Amino acid sequence: MPWMDVMADMALAPWLVILPLAGALLAGLWPAAARWWGLLTGLLTLPMALLLALQVHAHGPMVLYLGGWVPPLGIALVADGLASLMLLMTAGVGLAISLYALGYLTGETGGRWFWILWLWLWAAMNALYLSGDVFNLYVTLELVVLASVALVALAGGAAPLVAAMRYLLVSLLGSMAYLMGVALLYGSYGVLDLQGLGAQVALSAAPMLAAALMTVGLMAKSALFPLHVWLPPAHGSAPAPVSAALSALVVKVSFYLMLRLWLTVFPALPLPGLDMLMGALAMGAVLWGGLMALRASRLKQVVAYSTVAQVGYLFLLFPFLRAFPDGWKAVVFFAVAHGVAKAAVFLAAGTLQRAAGHDRLADLGAVMRGRLKTSFALGIAGASLVGLPFTGGFIAKWLLVQTALEAGLWIWVLMVLGGGLLAGAYVFRLLGPAFQPGPADPGQPLPAVMEWVPLALALLTIGLGFAGTPVLSLLTRTLTGGGG
Amino acid sequence: METGGHMLLLILLSSLLPGVAIFFLKEQQFALRTALNLGGASLKFLLIIALLVGVYRDGKTYSLSVNLLPGIDLVLAADALSLLFATLSAVLWLVTTIYAIGYLEDSPNRSRFFGFFSLCVSATVGIAFSGNLITLLIFYEILTLATWPLVVHRGTAESFRAGRVYLAYTLLGGAVLLGAVVWLTLLAGSEPFAAGGYLRDLSADHGPVLIMIFAMLMAGFGVKAALLPLHSWLPRAMVAPAPVSALLHAVAVVKAGAFGIVRVLNDVYGVDLAADLGVTLPLLLLAVLTIIYGSVRAVFAEDLKQRLAFSTISQVSYIILGVALAGPIGAVGGLVHLVHQGVMKITLFFCAGNFAETLGIHRVDEMRGVGRRMPWTMTAFTLAALGMIGIPPLAGFISKWYLGLGALEAGLAWVTVVLVVSSLLNALYFLPPILRGWFSRREGPWPDERHGGGRLETHWMLLLPTVAVATMALGMGLLASLTISPLYWVTFIVEFEYGYDHIWSAIFEWETP
Repeated sequence: MPWMDVMADMALAPWLVILPLAGALLAGLWPAAARWWGLLTGLLTLPMALLLALQVHAHGPMVLYLGGWVPPLGIALVADGLASLMLLMTAGVGLAISLYALGYLTGETGGRWFWILWLWLWAAMNALYLSGDVFNLYVTLELVVLASVALVALAGGAAPLVAAMRYLLVSLLGSMAYLMGVALLYGSYGVLDLQGLGAQVALSAAPMLAAALMTVGLMAKSALFPLHVWLPPAHGSAPAPVSAALSALVVKVSFYLMLRLWLTVFPALPLPGLDMLMGALAMGAVLWGGLMALRASRLKQVVAYSTVAQVGYLFLLFPFLRAFPDGWKAVVFFAVAHGVAKAAVFLAAGTLQRAAGHDRLADLGAVMRGRLKTSFALGIAGASLVGLPFTGGFIAKWLLVQTALEAGLWIWVLMVLGGGLLAGAYVFRLLGPAFQPGPADPGQPLPAVMEWVPLALALLTIGLGFAGTPVLSLLTRTLTGGGG
Repeated sequence: METGGHMLLLILLSSLLPGVAIFFLKEQQFALRTALNLGGASLKFLLIIALLVGVYRDGKTYSLSVNLLPGIDLVLAADALSLLFATLSAVLWLVTTIYAIGYLEDSPNRSRFFGFFSLCVSATVGIAFSGNLITLLIFYEILTLATWPLVVHRGTAESFRAGRVYLAYTLLGGAVLLGAVVWLTLLAGSEPFAAGGYLRDLSADHGPVLIMIFAMLMAGFGVKAALLPLHSWLPRAMVAPAPVSALLHAVAVVKAGAFGIVRVLNDVYGVDLAADLGVTLPLLLLAVLTIIYGSVRAVFAEDLKQRLAFSTISQVSYIILGVALAGPIGAVGGLVHLVHQGVMKITLFFCAGNFAETLGIHRVDEMRGVGRRMPWTMTAFTLAALGMIGIPPLAGFISKWYLGLGALEAGLAWVTVVLVVSSLLNALYFLPPILRGWFSRREGPWPDERHGGGRLETHWMLLLPTVAVATMALGMGLLASLTISPLYWVTFIVEFEYGYDHIWSAIFEWETP
């Protein structure tokens, strides 16, 4: 197609950072119109991300040297299959969150700050996906953390503030550990860019220590069991669009970073027992998160604990990578499917909470019956979390089971299937109140967009159920280990 | 490959789209909801007829595939077996829809009910037209999702308990099934269903693995087919409204499980390979155990719907018994019972629903003298129950006749003893309600009489479907030799599967040596 060739000449990658950043600045300078800047950013970023993904799919990974300086002196933006997929997921979910926030934040004092922080967060996430060296990754990671902590605190009141502080503390500790790893790597090899490091890293004490520090730091940020305690209060008490952004996107950011490191920098490092340790923690996460989700009495708490459980699957990355070089693709597909579904569930939960004025699960029946579109969104996206067919979650579960079987790792097959059962139990528990006898009551009047956006995202999870082949083919355009 | 795929898609959408639309209707929009319901059901019925004509008269093939993952497609295809099951679902859905409209008159949440009801049928038809194991798995799981809301529909604590048990069993079964299908796909790729199976080449190297996968597949499908020991969700699920029980027992859930087992045995493993692997005999024994167990429990169940539920557990295993005999004649018996049991059991459930709705009768001992008050319903009940027992010339007799012949052909004469014992047990639990209904006299008022005073014994929307399905059950036995009978159709399927020109050549072959 001729237009594809024209687009190929255009450097899209920087715009994916510049656009949200400009949106954040404009929202700060012109607070009255902040919401419209937010919407405009979302509307422009999504086609950009889509075009970038098409470009990468057609032409392979693209590296752009800012200002023409080549690393180690300059900064490189790297857009490969993995990065462009994450950018696309973020753009899709981000647009939905922006649209939803238009309805959710009417006339609130926090509205203005939300837009600045949210667009800032978006820019930081995009910059992180595109960064090609470990130090820039650190900087962007810090930016992501600061913006998300501020967003959690935005809800006001004591509980969100405590949650935000706890989140900040864990994140800073994680960042410290990561930064020490960066310093160790720089001290040993004198380079920072991923490919350069990957070519040099060999079996010795310094990179092993660096790998351990960076991995543990990122584990805390991703809320892997048992470092998850900060997540449920933070995600459960934040405003709905923020919860969605945190659970769907921010958790994936640190996972992305970890995946990058282990794909390009550390593949040559055999850390003995790491795969088993990570697998065991993943299993702990799935069980603990699932059980807590079964016991929680409030809707958003259930959803937050569901995130704790689902983060566990992400860490199957380690056993998969070790046994089967292509195994990470299943995990990435899972991350995308979970991102979209979890955003839908959190936004739907926000709508129900607003409509009912509370989110006590036992008393939500009337509102669930009164707000059918939202209940459907909850049901469909919930089905994706369980891994029921026609959703992205099913394809993700299929890929996880297939990868585990291919690698001969029976225990993880059992874990994925058993985790699906736990997810089934808590998702159907969420839907239960809708089926109790009683009247239907739509509750407080709400803008229509708060009902349509969760439904649209839920339908997108069905779309993902048929996107397995293109996504996997995009992921083959990923830069992997230099030295491995 | 894509010839006429739109037909199959249309058939799926003919219940899916009305279903989705119905969800968003208000409770009071009775006319529109009924129009959507009946319109969808009739359209599906007509489309299936068109499909039948296309396949059998014009020799067309219909298939549709959508890519899911590299090398893995979602395939819809129409072969003889899928048409058999799809026709059964379409016909029974139409009558059940009419029945359900009458049954649920003035009860709350009808839009939700009919929405999920339609989704449930879409899933069942999807199962029928699944062209490979993955597609079958997908629709099988969707069926779980669509039936749970129907089971908990009444919203009482008891129905939520039943719903929990149902989910626990079916989701667990689904997980085991997913594991098995992924494993098999890794080994053999995602092949379309083929008569005689497609695993023969693998059997030399992977024998034990194939046996393991077979066991997992049977466990996964056995949950919905209520195979022992995975049956106990079924009697509990009886808290659902009568049309739901009728549909679950006759077509949707239980049959989906049995259909899956037939598919795996015939079109994935192939009967020969399954017999070589030695997996048919354990399956056969399990089926026999389930037949006897279900019948015995039914004898001791005093609640009418409970009795029917245990009867279903027993009767569905006839289907599995038939295919597990691993011979053509037994297969005819099993497959034809897929249809016969469906029609007879739906009649029985409609009758039970009529008794409960009209007179408040729930227990067998309350049925005294009901034949005088509701002669039409009682006649339908009697016909279907006698058919279940296997009295000639009713439909159940045909099934049992072929099953018995098949057992002899397979050299398993003891199975005929099981059939006889089971028939005696059937008589033991079906004759008391029949005898009480016709020959005892009622003292005092009915437990809870409604719909009294009209010209008909009950609401016409309850009576008409009941009489219709009873007539069908009668006709399938009496007219079994016609070319439109299920028996003829099943014979055709089995001839194809076993590669015979005519089923009788199988019988002659077996008699000569």
